[in-house]
Amino acid sequence: MRRTAYLFLAPWLIGLVVFTIGPVLATLFLSFTDYRVLSPPRWVGLENYKELFTDTETFWPSLGNTAFLFLELPLALTIGLALALLLNQKLKGMALFRTIFYLPSLVPTVASSMLWLWLLNPEHGLINEALRALHLPTPTWLASPLWAKPAIILMDLWGVGGSMVIYLAALQGVPQDYYEAAELDGANAWQRLRHITLPSLSPVIFFNLILGVIGTFQYFTQTFLMTKGGPDKATLFYALSLYQNAFEFFRMGLACAMAWVLFLLTILATWLVFKSSARWVYYEGEKA
Amino acid sequence: MKGLRYGLLIALCLLFLAPFAFMVTTSLKTPEKIFTATMEWLPRPVIWKNYPDAIARFPFWRYVGNTLFICTLTVLGTCLSSSLAAYAFARLKFKAREPLFFVMLATIMLPSQVTLLPTFLLFRTLGWSGSWLPLIVPAFFGNPFSIFLLRQFFLTIPQELSDAARLDGCSDFSIFWRVILPLARPALATVALFAFLGAWTDFQGPLIYLHDEQQYTLALGLQSFLGRHESQWNLLMATSTIITLPLIIVFLLVQKTFVKGIVLSGLKG
Repeated sequence: MRRTAYLFLAPWLIGLVVFTIGPVLATLFLSFTDYRVLSPPRWVGLENYKELFTDTETFWPSLGNTAFLFLELPLALTIGLALALLLNQKLKGMALFRTIFYLPSLVPTVASSMLWLWLLNPEHGLINEALRALHLPTPTWLASPLWAKPAIILMDLWGVGGSMVIYLAALQGVPQDYYEAAELDGANAWQRLRHITLPSLSPVIFFNLILGVIGTFQYFTQTFLMTKGGPDKATLFYALSLYQNAFEFFRMGLACAMAWVLFLLTILATWLVFKSSARWVYYEGEKA
Repeated sequence: MKGLRYGLLIALCLLFLAPFAFMVTTSLKTPEKIFTATMEWLPRPVIWKNYPDAIARFPFWRYVGNTLFICTLTVLGTCLSSSLAAYAFARLKFKAREPLFFVMLATIMLPSQVTLLPTFLLFRTLGWSGSWLPLIVPAFFGNPFSIFLLRQFFLTIPQELSDAARLDGCSDFSIFWRVILPLARPALATVALFAFLGAWTDFQGPLIYLHDEQQYTLALGLQSFLGRHESQWNLLMATSTIITLPLIIVFLLVQKTFVKGIVLSGLKG
């Protein structure tokens, strides 16, 4: 019986060792070396980390830019949840609305990056056309160090339908009698949202938040395609800087040190969310 | 009240659809019309020829073939290896089950950058860099998210079915193959769909491993197209439309399966 189990697990276990545990340890080892691919790695101790933490030209700005990107999480959460609540009604045509909100998250990143380069075009893009029609100021978006990051957040929020469908699925799992009981007790709409809907959804919100944190640290393709980190390093996010160190400057050791810092930051952030979750995540069958 | 809700929903939908509309209308314009001062939603004249023109600018069909080949093998590998592991986690008793399951869930959260560089160096040493192997082979070693999803589904299949098959002398493997897998078709379809979408839109993998233009996937091919045709927005939008459309069609066809899968992965248990 036991041997059978490991036979079934064999492909995944081999993959776990070869593609996950092995590489994680190798990354740690390489982060203590100077390794430029063509010559063998040379042990340098903590040099790479020292270089990173004193690097105010790229490392700290890339970390700061990534921190800015975290502003997107509460925005995406609020909008995704609001859309889900709006769609969670027994009205005609809801399936169609749901599909429409979901469509943007299906667009391949390369295509959506091209599309948004054009939408955000300062002269002829749709966004500035609309702003001009409303007599509002028209920023140069991706060409402006100030507006490039908000532009990227705006682009990402277009794909909020991805988390919306998850909230919607969860909403449909909330027992209807909770609401009926609350209504009998005279709870108003806000109270029902605050004391039934949000607690019921909290495990899903928690899950999305964790995925959001991890995803934000790894944000890469869009900036690689659209801005290459510019203008003036305004969109040089952490993962892009890591990629450049590894594959453009061939500094594998330094990039591995960045990867480990990223790993530790992810663990820290996830741990913080987990720790706070005891206060706001409710699981069914557990006393609230 | 109802009218107000519909009004709000329709306004929001228009907001979400506007980028698509802008994409399509730009793809049908002449270069001069793109840069006119006033926005024209219905282009006149309509230049359908932008589509064949855009496709002719790069080896489009070859890239489609490459991408489909990679996608097919990725889907196959993911479904096979993940369902095997999911069966063990859902149906078999062994000592390390709980800790291993926890390890598997933890790997979902591991940032890919932490394993990226040594994996790249490993494939380079094997001489696989510059081929499709680094994009395909890992799929045959299980995908944690798919394993989780399939395990959740396997748990809902009545244990009596397995027990009956076992009384008839079936081994675990034939129970898995003849009883569980056929019943798990909806979950497998969801896993297949996710794997397909993942491989179809993957950018970083091809960027790192493929060097020969002949081997490019659609996503990577589009990137070099973007580099060479900057500001030819009608052609760029035509190609964007072309690679987005199949995904939308596939999605509309299998929407039910998809939503079911999301509910399934919606973390019950």
